[in-house]
Amino acid sequence: MIAHYGYADASGEYYIIIDTDKCDGCEECVKVCPEGVFEIALDDYDKAVACVKEDVIKSLHYVCPGYHHKCANEENNCHKACAQGAISHTW
Amino acid sequence: MKTAGVDIGSLTGKALVLEDHNIISWSLIPTNPDPNVTVKKAIDIALEKAHLSISDMDYVVSTGYGRLTVPFAQRNITEISCHAKGAHWFFPEVRTILDMGGQDCKAIRCDDTGKVTNFAMNDKCAAGAGRSMEVMADLLQLPLDNLGQLSLEIVEAEVPISNTCVVFAKSEALSHLRRGKNKSDILAGVCEALATRVYSLMKRVGIESEFVISGGIAKNIGIVKRLTDKTGLTPRISFEPQIVGALGAALFAQEILERERQT
Amino acid sequence: MVTIGIDIGSLTTKAVIVEDGKIIAHKLVLTGESGYESVASAVEEAMSLAAVDTKHVAKCVSTGVGKGETPYANEQATEVLCAARGALFYYPSARTVIDMGAESVRVVRCNDNGRVLDFGLNDKCASGTGTFLDTIAKALEIQVEDLGPLSLQAKEDIIITATCAVFAESEVVGLIVRGKDKASILGGITKAIASRIYGLANRVGINKDVIFIGGGAKNTGISKSLADLIKQGLLIPQDPQIVGAVGAALVAQERSQAG
Repeated sequence: MIAHYGYADASGEYYIIIDTDKCDGCEECVKVCPEGVFEIALDDYDKAVACVKEDVIKSLHYVCPGYHHKCANEENNCHKACAQGAISHTW
Repeated sequence: MKTAGVDIGSLTGKALVLEDHNIISWSLIPTNPDPNVTVKKAIDIALEKAHLSISDMDYVVSTGYGRLTVPFAQRNITEISCHAKGAHWFFPEVRTILDMGGQDCKAIRCDDTGKVTNFAMNDKCAAGAGRSMEVMADLLQLPLDNLGQLSLEIVEAEVPISNTCVVFAKSEALSHLRRGKNKSDILAGVCEALATRVYSLMKRVGIESEFVISGGIAKNIGIVKRLTDKTGLTPRISFEPQIVGALGAALFAQEILERERQT
Repeated sequence: MVTIGIDIGSLTTKAVIVEDGKIIAHKLVLTGESGYESVASAVEEAMSLAAVDTKHVAKCVSTGVGKGETPYANEQATEVLCAARGALFYYPSARTVIDMGAESVRVVRCNDNGRVLDFGLNDKCASGTGTFLDTIAKALEIQVEDLGPLSLQAKEDIIITATCAVFAESEVVGLIVRGKDKASILGGITKAIASRIYGLANRVGINKDVIFIGGGAKNTGISKSLADLIKQGLLIPQDPQIVGAVGAALVAQERSQAG
């Protein structure tokens, strides 16, 4: 399942996209994110996968600096940390 | 087997009683500021219509914004999955679902079993939700139920609304009104802008026939027509589009119970 | 040398007259439906207060959302540049400027010469802007001037979950129905707005000293919440709304001197 977490508002589209079929629940993304955006939880089909924390979703653009804008240049980031390539960003 | 599904949204609460393959009863009520009151009222009305009590329910699943605090539910499941399952029950050929309530909008793709394969939800911004219609209804002093129809009765030409934000769009609509533009024409611009945003969300997950619309927005013919034009698909709408989530929850309740009984 | 700076905002228009680096007059009017007339009236009144005539004026620079259609202005400058120059005028130690207007909020990082290093802007979404405050003031039936002081009297900590001005308004109505007091509701709203602004500031980067300008800086509740979030004191000029226009007048002076 492709899960889009985030929103679009008048200033832009801010979604973190997680492919839960690829995710193996390894928790590397949870550890590497400086803002603590991710957590591992059971989805509705009882698979333990990464997701964006529910209380972060509506403030996503304020909490996550954005992959292309910021973290792509960092030594480590959630895209690199995920061996399965399950995570992507729209900004 | 009798199961119940409860869908507590920000503006409406819904409950549905399912017995095997039949919907026995359902309820649809406005929310009370206290979610406990909403939940109790919704389930009581549905149970009363069915001449049943809560102890007759073999399993209850809750969903929606208030799903975590339903005392009599054995499990809670996200509205994304429940809407896919409910839509699939009504229309087994469904592959794309759009659900929009007062405060959120969801675009969902599912497979031939009603399992979710892709979803995107937006509940942060009023511009992509039913609330934007309510704000305009209030501004133009028109009944909400009529907005959709009026938006199709263009007098001169659709008035484009350039601001996405509902707060700014409201001022924009007001200055058009003051300059003598027709209410229908302004509404046409408002509905076109909302339909465009919704279509954008749908494109994010991809659009495949059959296309089902659920939630309060399904009753807005102005939006439904514009989405039909944009997607090139005729949307399927159930007899009561607002109970799709509660139905899905009741169906999940059945599945979980069946699985438990087998083990 | 006399120069004029005009800042045409979505709610108010400000005109400032600067002579040899000193503010000699300023005037604020409501922008209203006709920006053109408001600008003219603001500039003319300011000139009258300063006892200057257009022939004395070396240059006039306009800024703000309405900078395109201004009488009197010879040139334009961006709001970002004017915010930086204006803030430095009041506080030479200024390195981060937070500008909260009626329909926009921006954060500017600059160096000691007022050169803009980075900036962030939100002018599409009402979240974090003065309009959000205005909407809530109407819902609570309170005057805008009283919002700050009242929010500081909050009795309980209320968390507003909505991040949209329209949804927040509904949430406030729900809280009123549930019997929550206005001061505590306002406290929650104030924190919510401050955290939106803080989010933007964080993205741009925050360097000491931080200056808070714009109409929103007059709200004592917001400035306190913001100061708590950035974990340092906020410097606020006496008349925070005219800082952009001051900056525009100084830009006019610089450009005139450059020839």
